[in-house]
Amino acid sequence: MVMITELGHFTLILAALFGVAQMVIPLVGAHKGWRGWMAVGDPAAVVQLLLVGFSFAALTYAFVVSDFSLNIVVANSHSDKPMLYKVTGVWGNHEGSMLLWLLILVLFGACASWFGGNLPTSLRARVLGVQASVCVAFYAFILLTSNPFERLDFPPFDGRDLNPLLQDPGLAFHPPFLYLGYVGLSMSFSFAIAALLEGRVDAAWGRWVRPWTLAAWLFLTVGIALGSWWAYYELGWGGFWFWDPVENASFMPWLLAAALLHSAIVVEKRESLKAWTILLAILAFGFSLLGTFIVRSGVLTSVHAFANDPERGVFILAILAFFVGGGLLLFAIRAKTMEAKGVFSTVSRETALVTNNVLLAVSCFVVFVGTIWPLVIELGSTNAKWTFTGGLIDNPFYTIGLFDRPEQVSVGAPFFNAAFTPFFVALSIILPVGAVLAWKRGTLAKAAKPMVPVAIFALACGALAFALQTGRTAMGPIGVVLGVWVVGGACMDIWLRTVRGAVSGRLKRLTRLPRADWGKFTAHSGMGITVFAVAALTAWEAEDIRIAQIGDRWQVGIHEVELTAVDTVEGPNYFGERGDMAVFRNGRPVGHLYPEKRVYPVAQMPTTEAGIRNGVLRDVYVVIGDPQDGGGWAVRTYIKPFANWIWGGSILMALGGLISLTDRRLRVAAGAAKAKTDPKGVPAE
Amino acid sequence: MRWLALTLCLLAAPLAAVQPDEVLDDPALEARARDLSDGLRCPVCRNESIDESNAAISRDLRLLLRERLVAGDTDEQALQYLVDRYGDYILLNPKVEGANILLWLAAPIMLILAGGVAFVTIRGRSGAPAPDDLSEDEQERLDKIMRG
Repeated sequence: MVMITELGHFTLILAALFGVAQMVIPLVGAHKGWRGWMAVGDPAAVVQLLLVGFSFAALTYAFVVSDFSLNIVVANSHSDKPMLYKVTGVWGNHEGSMLLWLLILVLFGACASWFGGNLPTSLRARVLGVQASVCVAFYAFILLTSNPFERLDFPPFDGRDLNPLLQDPGLAFHPPFLYLGYVGLSMSFSFAIAALLEGRVDAAWGRWVRPWTLAAWLFLTVGIALGSWWAYYELGWGGFWFWDPVENASFMPWLLAAALLHSAIVVEKRESLKAWTILLAILAFGFSLLGTFIVRSGVLTSVHAFANDPERGVFILAILAFFVGGGLLLFAIRAKTMEAKGVFSTVSRETALVTNNVLLAVSCFVVFVGTIWPLVIELGSTNAKWTFTGGLIDNPFYTIGLFDRPEQVSVGAPFFNAAFTPFFVALSIILPVGAVLAWKRGTLAKAAKPMVPVAIFALACGALAFALQTGRTAMGPIGVVLGVWVVGGACMDIWLRTVRGAVSGRLKRLTRLPRADWGKFTAHSGMGITVFAVAALTAWEAEDIRIAQIGDRWQVGIHEVELTAVDTVEGPNYFGERGDMAVFRNGRPVGHLYPEKRVYPVAQMPTTEAGIRNGVLRDVYVVIGDPQDGGGWAVRTYIKPFANWIWGGSILMALGGLISLTDRRLRVAAGAAKAKTDPKGVPAE
Repeated sequence: MRWLALTLCLLAAPLAAVQPDEVLDDPALEARARDLSDGLRCPVCRNESIDESNAAISRDLRLLLRERLVAGDTDEQALQYLVDRYGDYILLNPKVEGANILLWLAAPIMLILAGGVAFVTIRGRSGAPAPDDLSEDEQERLDKIMRG
């Protein structure tokens, strides 16, 4: 059994060889039109999955049995660690997480082979070839710079334990979902490059690429929501989004994936926006790679960065430059060949979706600029002279007077809130009307008319919220208006899909609508709910900071909290103090909260475990801190209104994606068989 | 050492941020202090405001800021006082001056550019004859097919 690590290492190298084969043979075959060569892609993709799967299993085994002769097991595990975190510790470190990335990459490759039965042979061969080229880059990265199977000459007695912050279910499953999203976008990329090589983008291409984008986007949504939820309960002050570079790294591909799956609709339905959609697919994956670069290189070090190695950073940068640069070059050469077929007027669903794309893409650009800005300023201003091909030249930024000394700036939440929020407000405003505009040639009046009652209702809700709150910002009521407007708009949209007639007939038709309609409804509602919840939580949060003695009772909003006891606790790999707090609502006891302060001695880290009482309308969130000199404990109490709605809305968005996906699968996979019996099987939306 | 540094400044604070003994008695002044410290960066952490940070220096900054406010400084004066000592680096919201103007203009410029390109393209395209309209021949053939 000791050999199993070496076997895992060996299968990884073997998989890399299959990757090279899958990259070269199908691409050459597709170019020359040799069917035999094209067919190599499919088995190679499956073999790669099996080999990398075995390799990953071998690494997991090493973690499970705590094999401390392995470098990364020592650095990230401990024999006392609970089994769940021994397993999730596999990807709680740089090397293992890259192996997980690769595993998902080959998984998508195999899926493309399994579900791509309806693709033209040459397109499928090219997709698999391009996908394999991405795999090869990451095989090289792992084997050359980040080998998880490295042994130690003298194994220590026990490990150094996993960062205790990562020993948490929310964060344990956050990376796999994020990676499914990041890596899922590699499929969109492969389809885009394959289409450019093929020289053909048509409605069918739009239909094939959409499920992959949809899947990637929904995994990203879940991953981001999990990370945000984790930050909320684990970091100890209930923040849910920090505009941290690492968060931005996952948010940028999410924004572009959202844009891409909307523009692919236009390609599919109207054969328009082809070049733009291809460009988006390349950029979306580019941002995935950029995200990997940011996280892995530590170039913009932040709360999350746990790898800091320039060699690795440069390697990923080279991968990024090769795929994005190569993709864009190919795009520049071939984009002209993609002529739009469907024309549309200035007022149409197409235009609404273009507006959606402009807003999403520009908001992504804003996040991008804000994220790299400190780096730009630092690189631009550090030296007045630059070394250039051996000699020294004047720093052009100094010449034009932009800098006169080295500078460092920070770009944080206040900037992003100010620069990014307007885009989502604008998106929310146009969404309900844009979603019901007619394809090709619409009239604004006709689309807006059914939305008038929704708008009136939304404004009335906002006015009510404004009247109920006292002396606070307008942010809460604006959030209410936008949320009700988007959710109400989504309801009106799906109601309009039942056309007209008696209410009973329309209700019946509602149940028979294609799943894509329900997916759209669910996802758009989810977005409305999240927009509302973010505004509501930010505007209406209440906070109390105090030194509490045992027996003290204090009021926060309609709740009262009493510190009844503080005990010591001991876990498998930590010890700490636990407060017992009784919560009262309007004077009636509603339960107890047990916030903890832990210390993980092996990792030498303290953590806070907040006590949270989840409620539909508000969370009560208590944190216990250090004992004070004069007796008592530092205690913070928060009321977090509508906190759960943020993640609830996100999960609805992901669920909407899932519902659309099931529709699509029926249509794509079973489409060929069904088309014969049901000639009008393709729904309009 | 790295873990220790991280432990000291960012990751899991035993009790995040503002301590009870720092809070000012005057709620209005305290509210201003909280607002301002939300926009000030902890000098030794990455991307955390002094309001959230548990680092010792953040505590010093919070106390210093409150001292200035109690002394009667306006928000701008108090911020300037800290920036003079710690540099622009501590402002999480970069000032709109010098090179940072580009950062602030990035969003509007890009929006105008992208919106303009999209508008011109759509405008130009919608004027062209619709190629998916059927020619007379095709229409006749279609009619024939439809009639069976």
